[in-house]
Amino acid sequence: MKEPIEDCSQETAGCGCCCGSVDKPSFSRREDVPWISTVVKTAAGDVPQVRTSLSFRDRLGTAKARWSINRMNYSVAPGLYAVGNPTPESVVLVSANYKMSFDRLRKQLGGRDAWILVLDTKGINVWCAAGKGTFGTDELLNRIKITALDKIVSHRRLIVPQLGATGISAYTVRKTSGFSIIYGPVRVEDLPAFLDAGMKAQPEMRRVRFGLRDRTVLIPVELVGGGKYVLLLAAVFALIGGLSSSGYSFVKVLSAGIINASIVFGAFLCGTLLGPILLPWLPGRAFSIKGAALGIALVGALTVFGLPGPGLFGSWLHLAAFAFIIPTLTSFIVMNFTGASTFTSLSGVIREMRLAVPIQIAAAVIGVVLWFGGLFINGGR
Amino acid sequence: MMRYIESAVNLEFDRNLCNGCGMCVNVCPHAVFKLENKRAVLADKGACMECGACAKNCEPKAIRVRAGTGCAAAVLSSRLGKKSACSCDGNSPSCD
Repeated sequence: MKEPIEDCSQETAGCGCCCGSVDKPSFSRREDVPWISTVVKTAAGDVPQVRTSLSFRDRLGTAKARWSINRMNYSVAPGLYAVGNPTPESVVLVSANYKMSFDRLRKQLGGRDAWILVLDTKGINVWCAAGKGTFGTDELLNRIKITALDKIVSHRRLIVPQLGATGISAYTVRKTSGFSIIYGPVRVEDLPAFLDAGMKAQPEMRRVRFGLRDRTVLIPVELVGGGKYVLLLAAVFALIGGLSSSGYSFVKVLSAGIINASIVFGAFLCGTLLGPILLPWLPGRAFSIKGAALGIALVGALTVFGLPGPGLFGSWLHLAAFAFIIPTLTSFIVMNFTGASTFTSLSGVIREMRLAVPIQIAAAVIGVVLWFGGLFINGGR
Repeated sequence: MMRYIESAVNLEFDRNLCNGCGMCVNVCPHAVFKLENKRAVLADKGACMECGACAKNCEPKAIRVRAGTGCAAAVLSSRLGKKSACSCDGNSPSCD
């Protein structure tokens, strides 16, 4: 992982590096920061004021991050920012320095005066960073100190996103810094309603969801992440597919080999696209079972499509081989989607993996042996 | 909301230690706790995803949970000896 360029903040208070001594975000090393409009004067120096509308570049940045482009290096400088013309009485909203998180926050704050305290989460979103502890008690206390927040605001309240609670101990922050924490809603889209209701969250605002849209936006990253490995695997299937009882043939690579590779890649697409989309409707609780079910359905569909012969698979032995390989692949892919989901526990994941991984390995071995054998039998492909 | 493997959940709550502050109710993203007679109760333990937010914010330490990320890729890579948290900081699965 590349370090974010603004990573000067690690050294904590008064490091005297690029952030300066009392630490407003410094942009001297950035070409330009179009989402900053001006600066707001405070008792502890100038604070950059951010825009509350997203530009084309901001939206493009989000779109790229969704496709894993520059995602691990998509950050803003930690520190204090102003929205509108905040006063010492204005609310302080705590956020992560993943630019997508920061953008989604400022977009909700049009027409308001507020402070945004951005923690150094190494460019990771609030929930993941809270899980790692970078969106955490220590970093919050540290950031309060180096921004001299107690001189800028007269009250002692911080609004922290609810999902940040995994990393932050509110009572520790209160005892150490005097700042009380009010947990805001899970979704930033609910923030205006939360603020307007006097910082009260409706029960619904406190629940995470994992709806179709939430699942679908994650697909591109999964495609890019898994795609390179699967392309390699498919290439191996294509190349080895040139083997037969009469030796090695490039013609066979281009015919049967390519078909075999396509089946492998198709199984990957099936698991990566349909797994997240169909998740609630796939049978079982364990993601590995959901994935296997998807693969079995795909094998079934391809088999029925090819009847009365072995169809796309070329031989019955290869059909049998792929009946092991495809569900194994989709099971593994959907199992890995546990990390992106919003409701899987570590204990549950460990329990399902204890059973699923040995079965996946066994099924993969059986499938590959059958497939390899099938290359040499009855002129099969 | 979808449900996961409920019997695996390792969350424990000691109502005798609860001071009724309601922080667990506020921070839980799956409404595992609710307040009843001025103290918390486990309303839906099976929905717990072991994020640890409740225990972290429980001043009287009435809640115990081995917190972690339910992420198969992270479990795999840690078993394979790689140093890793959730692969949100790698290139693979996304946790946005």
